[in-house]
Amino acid sequence: MRITELFDNGEFVVTAEVGPPKGISADHVVEEAKTYLSGITAVNVTDNQSSVMRMGSLPACVALKNAGLTPILQLTCRDRNRIALQSELLGAAMLGIDNILCLTGDHTKMGDHPGAKPVFDLDSVSLLHTACQLEKGVDLAGNPLVGEAPKFAKGAVVSPCSDSVDAQLAKMERKVMAGAEYFQTQAVFDSEKFIQFMEKAKQFGKPVQLGVIIPKSAGMAKFMNKNVAGVHVPQWMIDELAADKEKAKAGITGVELAAKVIKECRPYCQGLHIMALGWEAKVPELLKQAGI
Amino acid sequence: MLITELKNKDTILSLVSGKVFIINCHGCKDIHFPEQEAEALQKELAAGGNVTGIFTTDYICNPENLKLRLGYHAEAIAQADMILVFSCGVGVQTVAAAYEDKKVCAACDTYALPGYQGVTPLEHDCKQCGECFLNLTGGICPLTACSKSLVNGQCGGAKDGKCEVDPDMECGWERIMRRLAQVGRLDALKCPVQVRNYATDDEVKSK
Ligand code: SF4
Ligand code: SF4
Repeated sequence: MRITELFDNGEFVVTAEVGPPKGISADHVVEEAKTYLSGITAVNVTDNQSSVMRMGSLPACVALKNAGLTPILQLTCRDRNRIALQSELLGAAMLGIDNILCLTGDHTKMGDHPGAKPVFDLDSVSLLHTACQLEKGVDLAGNPLVGEAPKFAKGAVVSPCSDSVDAQLAKMERKVMAGAEYFQTQAVFDSEKFIQFMEKAKQFGKPVQLGVIIPKSAGMAKFMNKNVAGVHVPQWMIDELAADKEKAKAGITGVELAAKVIKECRPYCQGLHIMALGWEAKVPELLKQAGI
Repeated sequence: MLITELKNKDTILSLVSGKVFIINCHGCKDIHFPEQEAEALQKELAAGGNVTGIFTTDYICNPENLKLRLGYHAEAIAQADMILVFSCGVGVQTVAAAYEDKKVCAACDTYALPGYQGVTPLEHDCKQCGECFLNLTGGICPLTACSKSLVNGQCGGAKDGKCEVDPDMECGWERIMRRLAQVGRLDALKCPVQVRNYATDDEVKSK
């Protein structure tokens, strides 16, 4: 099932994210997705996230699909050139994986193989364009495909709370132009910033899923503010997390804060994208508190 | 060593708007520069009456030198709405940096030729990609100013204006966006999707 069909039906689409293991068993990922994320429509499978080498996204997607879930294949441009990326897309379509999320990807220097060659033959925009070409029955070089053309729900990402909102909007527009049909955002902690962003982004007429992370502690919040692009945790949230360490540790504060953001932003977005970061078990409670 | 070739005529004509000041660089002797073709095209442009001046010099990649020499043409440059540069990618970038609020366009593509690279100490860098993108990026080279050499805009990794790879380096696309805003050319970001062509062989490229 392509998740664009759900957006078209006006559904509020909730997705979450899992990362394949550095190993050959996908059992844990499948278990995690089945147990905690059962109320969730589709699950993103990351592509060597943060440039740390793991099992590929596609085989893990297949494992999830076999377990009855709807996977979203994340595809980055860091490790493969245009030939390998197109080949991967055709393979995904053959395996029935028809939800994709196109990303540029982190630089190789950010991960656990800093000496690796960074590829970036394509980028998020040209990868979306490439997927559209395949859907038209031709490859990026214009050669015809044999038989039926693939059809994907093509997603992309955007950072509403980035310090250069104009650059984000310009890039979002380019992604729409290149064929993006839905957007998942970087984690949002500042509802006001998100609402202001959506005022401008709604002109593109594409569904946007609010990115959600449950803040675990004041330390984590400060770390993200300092190191994670496009993330800004407001000071009052940091104070609240610091006020009662036990409550924060148990996840109670974080769930409350994330639920508040969701409630405030819900009228302005078309879905949620939850990045649980190890707190998968708290997701059902979060959705309950947020009234989803 | 490197080779510069004129962009195709339609592309160059599409870049030109209003009054133009033209700079030719016949710098390093190792460079192949399409002198005759450039001259013919510039004659044609001048016949239209919109060229405020043509200046042929060398080593415009040296910013001090460049400023000094262009000083003699200050008036013709002030009259022009844009500067069209016939040089390698470094030369265009040096001119763009010297005239931050003017539209500066590249009329040539720069290709690599294996061999000696020259000794001029450079503030700007050119990877000699053969399909110069400077006209879409306000005269700042996206291949050398961005750690991922992105040609379709900023990645999601910039933090506080710095590149995700190196917090001491300003994000190249942040610089490009600022420059485009400064010269009123943000609409360059609405250009078609760019896909790089790594084929440097002429035969493959023209296929
Ligand atoms: S885009 Fe950059 S690398 Fe390519 S020719 Fe222009 S200056 Fe050189
Ligand atoms: S942060 Fe800026 S310079 Fe660095 S890779 Fe991304 S777009 Fe390029």
